[in-house]
Amino acid sequence: MEFKLKIWRQKNASAKGKFENHTLKNVSAEMSFLQMLDYLNQQIIESGGEPVHFEHDCREGICGSCGLYINGRPHGPVTHTTTCELHMREFEDNSTIVIEPWRSKAFSVIKDLVVDRSAFEKVIRAGGFVNVNTGSAQEANNIPINKKISDRAFDAAVCIGCGACVAACKNSSAMLFVSAKVSQMAMLPQGKVEAKDRVEKMVAKMDEVGFGFCSNTYGCEYDCPKGISVEFIAQMNREFFSARVCKSKR
Amino acid sequence: MIKLDSKIPKGPLADKWSDYKSSLRLVNPANKKKIDIIVVGTGLSGASSASALGELGYNVKVFCFQDSPRRAHSVAAQGGINAAKNYKNDGDSVYRLFHDMIKGGDFRAREANVYRAAEVSNYVIDHFAAHGVPFARDYGGMLETRSFGGVQVSRTFYAKGQTGQQCLLGTYSSLSRQIAKGTVTMYERRDMLDLVVIDGKARGIITRNLLTGELERHSAHAVVLATGGYGTVFYLSTLALGSNASAAWAAHRKGALFANPSFIQIHPTSIPVLNDYQSKLTLMSESLRNDGRVWVPKEKDENRHPNQIPEAERDYYLERRYPAFGNLVPRDVASRAAKERCDAGYGVGDSGLSVYLDFKDAIEKQGKKGIEDKYGNLFEMYMKITGINPYEEPMRIYPAGHYTMGGLWVDYNLMTTIPGLYSVGESNFSDHGANRLGASSLMQCSGDGYFILPYTIGDYLADEIRTPRIQTDHEEFDKAEKAAKERIDRLMAVNGKQTVTSFHKRLGKILWDHCGMVRSKEGLQKGIEMIDQLEDEFWKEVKVPATAGEYNQELEKAIRVADFFEVGRLMCQDALDRDESCGAHFREEYQTEQGEAKRNDAEYAHVSAYEYKGNRQSEILHKEPLVFENVELKERSYK
Ligand code: SF4
Ligand code: FES
Repeated sequence: MEFKLKIWRQKNASAKGKFENHTLKNVSAEMSFLQMLDYLNQQIIESGGEPVHFEHDCREGICGSCGLYINGRPHGPVTHTTTCELHMREFEDNSTIVIEPWRSKAFSVIKDLVVDRSAFEKVIRAGGFVNVNTGSAQEANNIPINKKISDRAFDAAVCIGCGACVAACKNSSAMLFVSAKVSQMAMLPQGKVEAKDRVEKMVAKMDEVGFGFCSNTYGCEYDCPKGISVEFIAQMNREFFSARVCKSKR
Repeated sequence: MIKLDSKIPKGPLADKWSDYKSSLRLVNPANKKKIDIIVVGTGLSGASSASALGELGYNVKVFCFQDSPRRAHSVAAQGGINAAKNYKNDGDSVYRLFHDMIKGGDFRAREANVYRAAEVSNYVIDHFAAHGVPFARDYGGMLETRSFGGVQVSRTFYAKGQTGQQCLLGTYSSLSRQIAKGTVTMYERRDMLDLVVIDGKARGIITRNLLTGELERHSAHAVVLATGGYGTVFYLSTLALGSNASAAWAAHRKGALFANPSFIQIHPTSIPVLNDYQSKLTLMSESLRNDGRVWVPKEKDENRHPNQIPEAERDYYLERRYPAFGNLVPRDVASRAAKERCDAGYGVGDSGLSVYLDFKDAIEKQGKKGIEDKYGNLFEMYMKITGINPYEEPMRIYPAGHYTMGGLWVDYNLMTTIPGLYSVGESNFSDHGANRLGASSLMQCSGDGYFILPYTIGDYLADEIRTPRIQTDHEEFDKAEKAAKERIDRLMAVNGKQTVTSFHKRLGKILWDHCGMVRSKEGLQKGIEMIDQLEDEFWKEVKVPATAGEYNQELEKAIRVADFFEVGRLMCQDALDRDESCGAHFREEYQTEQGEAKRNDAEYAHVSAYEYKGNRQSEILHKEPLVFENVELKERSYK
């Protein structure tokens, strides 16, 4: 296969970026998208250039490092698929592929296709945990949890923190990411104790670090590689408003 | 002269840890605040260490090379985490878990360490449940378990095929909480390049800020390495591409002995190599062998589609060779059996280097939904990578480099041979002998970090309360930083024509062929020669583009690959020295008539720990004898 690649190049955070064109021949359909980029980089290096920087680590869809904006869609054309799981057989031979970093005011570009997602860290640090110290846990089976609820919590917990939801959102909202964590913990008895406090802190931090508001267009769910459902956003809103109500009653 | 002292406490096996724990000295809360601890790595063992030490009140600094601690490779562990809860009433106990691990490790691990790992396993499950880790549950709301290879009880707790992710994210939560509290300071996007040793004690590290290229100095009263395994030495492995040996190797260069380097687990069920540009191999969890049946055609050169091959013409070779354990034999055994079939010409796929893992019978019995509930994400992953639907036809699998049982030598306190330098999780050698049983890695990592290190490190730090904060202008910091800089300059200066990756691939191939699933004296000697040649070529021909003073992913790789030559050589040296077969270490010359590993307990019931003597110098071997008081050394049989 052969492709025309239009790739965003940007030397560093303060530099002005631009698209760079490459023609890549002899791509095999079996290659993953990142292997295709490795192949491109090999050619760039061998001809004395500077390789395209992009983030990746596990290359199996679980670490959340990778994340490219491919042909106008976070993680590319295949639903429920991370960039590293994407394969070249999904692209038409001889087509043009446009590759960009996440574009979002909360995630600035560091270099080429690498962005700064540390705003996510700040939100988690604001309350995405259970306040229990090591050593104080009780026997695990002392608290039975309804299977349906526990499975549902699992569905929320599979978020990989990639940031596609933010990149997909015209408002740069992080609602899907935040709601997944809030809901997971609020559903489980262990996390319920602090649910109200948690949601307030995380939402406040989310606003503070520059994520936008949610206008319910649900592009996030469509582009989330892990299929995190927008129902969790509704669930978080309920948590949030009930926390507010409790407060005003106090 | 280094003398290995394992510091195993006296007393009966079952009481050792509890007795010892109560004898350990403590550091009072006011003093803890004045003590700095560096933790390198944020996988399950690093993040658990850092958060537990932070909770105790120490001043912790933690480092990772990724942009977030949540991405460390523990996240990719699939199948589960063991504990001796005996929730299934099937006869499990701490002793049985211990026994399974000792036997599974082919009698090459320390009894006391393994027993302790089994003992703390139950607390680990309680801990994770309390932190909202959504483990699988039954309809009564209780925790569910499943079986794993090499054992006959059901003790593996799991969260679909994403147990590592859920355990790591739980630990990441705890870590985030400590960061928010200010007890832990997080340094992302840093590679550790050197260890700083002052007056014989570990006192700091040199890191490279990956975004700016700046070299930085960090000091502490003690340093904990939680830097994972070195399986990426094979280039193609199930590990994340960033996983590397460099931090552990830097410690090794500075005097920490490296134990059992040749004990590397080749995982039997990975998606096979599909093309020349393959950059990694994806694991298909061992848990699949609970329901999947492994087979190859009975005839060579079989061309039919697997679904067309009738039952009678299939060779379920694991069930045939190991009737007692069948498809659930341990990993080393399963891997070699697959290799044996493929080498004999029965392998499937274009390359002939794969075997079938078939779910037809399980789907008939449990329904598609039943299988989907257990392994949904794995099936999906398989489908995405290969384009084949495993609900409709068998998966194709082949062994791949996976987990390193070898690692930094540590004593019972998890301290290396450098005072004040600790190693936890996969980066140490301690609990898995010559072969690790499935689901015991998450267990060891969390046990080490949450429930063992916080006790043992206190005993060391009790002597450090009068040591003022370590200053980074000490000459040892100057020296270490200078050495790191020189190494980088040297790499940049080569300015050859070949990419770092091309060297890494070639090194990986040498090791896979000569120090992989089956080894021989000649092969290993040849391997060492080839590594030497390749290393020479690397230092003449490698091309690292751009400069060292900026974000430079090629330079990161180059630093790691430069170390891998040394790691690979030591693996071969160790494999050559060990004139026996045990666990994952299989020397062609030492096998039974049925082709099983033949141990030599009289001469090799020891840990081999190596002392660095400079590149290309053969390392000095130190032996720690293994004493078995509670189990009987037997031929490991799964028949
Ligand atoms: S919610 Fe989905 S898209 Fe957003 S960070 Fe999590 S996995 Fe990525
Ligand atoms: S590289 Fe880990 S999710 Fe893509």
